[in-house]
Amino acid sequence: MTLRLRSGQARAGFVIVALVVAGAVFAPWVWPWDAAAQDLPHRLAGPSWQHWFGLDELGRDILARVLLGARVSLLVGIVVVGVSSVVGMAVGSVSGYFGGRVDQIIGRIMDVLMAFPGMLLAIALVAVLGPSIVNVVMALAVIGWVGYARLVRGQVLRAREFEYVTAARAIGAGTIRILTRHVLPSALPPLLVQATLGMAGAILSEAALSFLGLGVQPPTPSWGTMINGGRVHLLDAPHLTIFPGLFLAVVVLGFNFLGDGLRDAIDPRRR
Amino acid sequence: MLGYFMKRVVLAIPVLLGVATLVFSLIHLVPGDPAQAMLGDGAAPQDVADLRRSLGLDQPLTTQYVKFLRGALSGDLGKSFRTGQPVTAMIVERVPATAELAVASMLVAIVIAIPLGVVAAVWRGTIIDFGAMTFALAGVSIPNFWLGPLLAIVFAVELGWLPVSGRGTLLHLVLPAISLGLALAAILARMTRASLLDELNELYVRAARARGVSRAGAVTAHALRNSLVPLLTIIALQFGAVLTGAVITETIFAWPGIGRLLIQSIGFRDYPTVQGCILLIAFTYVTVNLVTDLLYGFLDPRIRFE
Repeated sequence: MTLRLRSGQARAGFVIVALVVAGAVFAPWVWPWDAAAQDLPHRLAGPSWQHWFGLDELGRDILARVLLGARVSLLVGIVVVGVSSVVGMAVGSVSGYFGGRVDQIIGRIMDVLMAFPGMLLAIALVAVLGPSIVNVVMALAVIGWVGYARLVRGQVLRAREFEYVTAARAIGAGTIRILTRHVLPSALPPLLVQATLGMAGAILSEAALSFLGLGVQPPTPSWGTMINGGRVHLLDAPHLTIFPGLFLAVVVLGFNFLGDGLRDAIDPRRR
Repeated sequence: MLGYFMKRVVLAIPVLLGVATLVFSLIHLVPGDPAQAMLGDGAAPQDVADLRRSLGLDQPLTTQYVKFLRGALSGDLGKSFRTGQPVTAMIVERVPATAELAVASMLVAIVIAIPLGVVAAVWRGTIIDFGAMTFALAGVSIPNFWLGPLLAIVFAVELGWLPVSGRGTLLHLVLPAISLGLALAAILARMTRASLLDELNELYVRAARARGVSRAGAVTAHALRNSLVPLLTIIALQFGAVLTGAVITETIFAWPGIGRLLIQSIGFRDYPTVQGCILLIAFTYVTVNLVTDLLYGFLDPRIRFE
């Protein structure tokens, strides 16, 4: 599968994502300040040459915390997308390939999960399970797999009628072999697009849950928690809110640009 | 037509039952004893036992489930652990505020999105299209919990044009509605563009142009009208996002709606109220989708004869 990112938007998305990943991975080497170190006498100090994004209410360097927050966001995004896509692929291919009653039962379960708007079920699950990063990942994966399953089911329904699949069945290939070697590969390109856009969604959802106090708990830095903490100082130190939010918006935009570009590359009619 | 309506309504029943079952099971997902979790670790055993009894948690699971379903059907969602008031009354009191915010934000979204989508489609491939769609993608990417406080700084604090928070006059509605509506506007603008592009390629539009209808006339009088039908579904689907977004927007702007009640109740571990809010939001979402399905069948006869 060869995909070329033709549009400028897609390339911009790729560069943004690459820069953020590099910043998150190499944070301690690219920025000298410790995210936990406190400089209380200079708390709430604005941006300066020493501290580009300024200091927070405990005198901690905001850029160092934003970079560390990027690790949390990317990790949550990767795990949520990974778990959701694997579960969605398994459920969707079983549903589409076998059809009949299995498909109906899975379809009803998906209908019920889709009946909850967006993140509401995630809020509900984290509310009862308790706020923690693990529960956030679990809650987002519980709502996330449905989209992948629907996509894969559609692709499998289409692919199982192809002649090469019928031929594979005729020469005695088993169900798992047919699914993994012949049917699922055709679903991979749209799945890749969905996963890229899913990263944006998962990062935004984690930040929203953390903003509501239901996600990552202090002192671990998360962009959502930082934005929420900054609200108290909106008038005297707006940089506490501005920089984490700006970073979050740019990263989400990067994944959206990339996802859109991949979609255009896969489906030339969209260009 | 009646057959189509009946079929859609009947299909929605198992979904609603599934939603109610999932909401019922929420309280049983609480690690340990839900009554103990609500009262805290230091609570006296007698108090915990009393709360278990008052919540009905001492009864068999099937009895609890039947009671919950009966209550949901009759509008009895139990009593709030925090205030002692009936949950239904607390929710009903806040419905107008959330409905007002949802409608206002959708209006904001439609007013921004349709012109933006039309401009992008008509001038497809130009810098105008690129600018409009980049704006739209940026709108999807900007979190409303960041945009809201920034709007409040500029328009409420610095310029003093609008109130910072609360509900009262129409002016109170402006910032929350923009903050909530922008992401929806971005999605709708992209859909308007895609839908209009499909219609512009149709033969009837080319025929209209061949008859001498101007470019603007072909777009507004022919293509746009038809392209708005699929948008109805998108608007309905996005209603769910608006309801979820309202949870955050209401928290930021101290808007006294269901979303704020939900977050406050989570903070107090008031599970009956949490269940009530979630149930109402999910039921509203399913109902809106059902109504859209029915309306869609009414607008497009091909759908109901499928």
